[in-house]
Amino acid sequence: MTMRADLQRLRLVAVMAVVCAPHFARVPAWIGTFASAVLLWQALAAWRGWRAPGRYLRLGLALLAFAGVYASFGRVNGLEAGVALLVAMLTLKLTETRSHRDVMVLLGLCYFLLVTHFLFSQAIFMALYLALAAWLITACFLDANHPQGPLATRAALRNGAALLAQALPVAALLFVLFPRIPGPLWGLPDDAGVSGSSGLSESMSPGSISRLALSDEVAFRVRFDGDAPPPSQRYWRGPVFWYFNGGEWRTGRAAEALAAPGEIDWRGEPKQYELTLEPHGGHWLPALDLPRRGPGRPDAGGALRAPDEVRHRRLYRAVSHTDYRLQPDAPVAYREAALQLPARGNPRARELAERWRAQVPDPAAIVDTALRRFRDEPYRYTLQPPPLRGGDRIDDFLFESRAGFCEHYAGAFTFLMRAAGIPARVVTGYLGGERNDFGDYLIVRASDAHAWTEVWLAGRGWVRVDPTGAVSPARVERGLGAALGPDERPAHLMRGGMVLRYRLEAAWDMANAYWDRWFLAYGPELQQSVLSRIGLPDLRAMILALTGSLTALLALIGAILLWRARPRAPADPAVAAWRGFCRRLARAGIERRPDEGPAAFARRAAAAQPERAAEIRRIAALYIELRYRDAGAPGTRRRLLRAVREFRPRSA
Amino acid sequence: MPLRPGQRLRERFQDWLARRAPRQRGVIELHRRRVYILPTRGGGYFGLMVFTMLLGSMNYSNSLGFALTFLLAGLGFVSMHHSHRNLVNLRLRPARPAPVFAGDDAVFPVILSNPSATARYTIYLDTGEGGGPVTDVPPGGETTVRLPVPAPRRGRLTCPRLRIYTEYPMGLFRAWSWAAPDRHCLVYPRPAGDLPVPAPRAGAAAGRAALQAGREDFVGLRRYARGDPPRQIHWKAYPRSGELMTKVFADPREHTLWLDAADLTHLPVETRLSQLARWVLVAERRGLAYGLRLPGVEIPPDTAGGQRERCLRALALYDHAG
Repeated sequence: MTMRADLQRLRLVAVMAVVCAPHFARVPAWIGTFASAVLLWQALAAWRGWRAPGRYLRLGLALLAFAGVYASFGRVNGLEAGVALLVAMLTLKLTETRSHRDVMVLLGLCYFLLVTHFLFSQAIFMALYLALAAWLITACFLDANHPQGPLATRAALRNGAALLAQALPVAALLFVLFPRIPGPLWGLPDDAGVSGSSGLSESMSPGSISRLALSDEVAFRVRFDGDAPPPSQRYWRGPVFWYFNGGEWRTGRAAEALAAPGEIDWRGEPKQYELTLEPHGGHWLPALDLPRRGPGRPDAGGALRAPDEVRHRRLYRAVSHTDYRLQPDAPVAYREAALQLPARGNPRARELAERWRAQVPDPAAIVDTALRRFRDEPYRYTLQPPPLRGGDRIDDFLFESRAGFCEHYAGAFTFLMRAAGIPARVVTGYLGGERNDFGDYLIVRASDAHAWTEVWLAGRGWVRVDPTGAVSPARVERGLGAALGPDERPAHLMRGGMVLRYRLEAAWDMANAYWDRWFLAYGPELQQSVLSRIGLPDLRAMILALTGSLTALLALIGAILLWRARPRAPADPAVAAWRGFCRRLARAGIERRPDEGPAAFARRAAAAQPERAAEIRRIAALYIELRYRDAGAPGTRRRLLRAVREFRPRSA
Repeated sequence: MPLRPGQRLRERFQDWLARRAPRQRGVIELHRRRVYILPTRGGGYFGLMVFTMLLGSMNYSNSLGFALTFLLAGLGFVSMHHSHRNLVNLRLRPARPAPVFAGDDAVFPVILSNPSATARYTIYLDTGEGGGPVTDVPPGGETTVRLPVPAPRRGRLTCPRLRIYTEYPMGLFRAWSWAAPDRHCLVYPRPAGDLPVPAPRAGAAAGRAALQAGREDFVGLRRYARGDPPRQIHWKAYPRSGELMTKVFADPREHTLWLDAADLTHLPVETRLSQLARWVLVAERRGLAYGLRLPGVEIPPDTAGGQRERCLRALALYDHAG
């Protein structure tokens, strides 16, 4: 073993560090520390020429890492535990890597580790970082295949970049044309994709929506075929809750047994749009209220549900009407499900509702009375309501704290309506949508999550009533940022005055939207629609096109490479010197004719410039000796080069 | 004796090779058609890994996973062309190898020249069994590699069929070609045997007196004998050994040494040649004028230079079929 710094090995350690780094934030801290320590140790070992650790030390470390992962996760399979184990083992593998074969295996595993990053993030930045990592791995591959010694860094990086650049068109072709089949093939681990934390949940209780208001994550983006509806109509329908247990609202068994509403009177112009939904881990597919056509199946509340959990970004088209009559003659079962209340609890709210029912005969008038109460009495719209006490939370909210977020108002309002004998249900979803001028689409964020009430009125069907609008009209008209006080506003909603930043953010979101829309969402459905548009209707045509174009592309790349490797005649300095000589004479007005040999030309030039005749004749003689006799005496070329360098014709 | 199937197969392969790549004189150009390419074992594993990544990307419907998978697939395809290109149009110019003694390695120098404008990296040269030199060839430049080949027997060693190959850039594919340069290395008999060099014979006057008459070349020392001239006594050695030694000089022009195979008829042929080779070396070292006699060959003494090579060459090629 040499005692010199092993540059090739140092490069290997550096590439490993780059490849593993993004995982360090995801795996438990001790694994990040462990892997970093091993990498540092190996870097020092390569630098100082230390000997490789013994077999028992390596085995001990490997067992330690294995046991540690098991202790942290309770298992060694699954996405996160698997990645943690892979990172630990890969860095340990470095300690025993000696032969060329080992290095190749390690570098191959580095590529493999790159792909695991994408299971956690597919953002543009991540893609760029990993493109850089792929470049470094490739350069390291070149270095590993150069056993005579380390390649020059520039050459390794340049050749690595050239390889990747040539692989890129092949990859693009495969990406577009390789037949995609709908996954999953063998089922996903439980922890794959995203947690449901960023989406609406399958139940609603105080705090469940205000939690989302702090997040600026994108929930979905929408592009309308025509004009987008005005802000006050940007209600996006999500899960509908019928059952209240005193604490939280759920869909409930009674409603789950009901069929989708059949009797809908569609009015006004249909709105057609394309929606890119970020994965949220739930089943529901948001749509503009009320969706007429779309993906999935509508449930009893008219919300669209997907059969599988939404674990990947989904793109769909839907048609909605903002003007409609939903079940004007709803069957009894629906109305009954919308009148359910727990047997007891919240006596003051029940008493208030009974009083309204006795005083006001008309359900619509009761609705107005309730809304007036929210508007006129000192109710506050706030992200941080005081905590509600005891079992009668609705009483506490309505009569004591009088401060809450949309879920408080929607829940209390629905409770009051039911207590007053009016069928009512809670609808959750989103309200709002920020326009992106660059891309002409709406962005709906997690912070736009909202809850409202639908009451059923005979002859009018389910009517949307938004009690939050009564407390804070700004929330409906201008969004959350305008509705909350400046001290309460989440950081991402403070955009007043920062025009440049706002525009940069809009541009960045548009880049993300296109990335999502065309790159990340490119799956079986999008592939089929894109390829049928360019004349490849079915799988057969797709495979034929792929095979044909791939063959042609590879043949082209091969031909270009061979052409660049063609033998070239060595440039003879004598020829270059003679050409320079002719150029100078041409500038002086003596131009060599194409058919004129060196001797004839020299005679003519000497006659034209008698004072330089000796020099001209000498240069021609040297050139003729070099080019037309056998190689010439040693030093002839040098003499020719000097003679030409010193030759100055009389200018014309 | 019947051949084992493996051996027969190998011989048929060698025959096929001999037809594909016949012996060539001068510059051997690796034309596109004679460069072959196949994936290496590492390339196979790489393909397997890419396939696994493809399945994983399908399972997770992961677009960036697909992108990386396809990029690696593209990298594999492109690296095949690069490995091929790395070898195509290289030129081999085998140079004349220096003669060696039997039992040593003959070293065949091969000048690799790259007439193109792209650098060639990691070019291996061997005889098919690995262990050969590896080198880069800069654009428009040339590199000389030395290929050691065992030379067990005297005679004319033909340069073995050369395998020139590369796995650069990714190690996923190996491009190779065969070349059979028409080059030979002269293999002298291994110098062996400890019979003393026969005494030089100088016409009528032979023996010690003749040696003493020599003035020009120092041959060695012998014990002092009465009558030796005092200026030839090696005085400096006297205090050390306590014995008087006389310096012996020879005059090559007058006294010649004949290394004659006929003196060694009691030995087998190869042993005889080995003994003669050793005598040649000894005689050369002592600066004696010597000649060599083999059945049918006589090399008269010559001090103009090159005598050693002439004699060893004659020994190497004596009764040699090749």
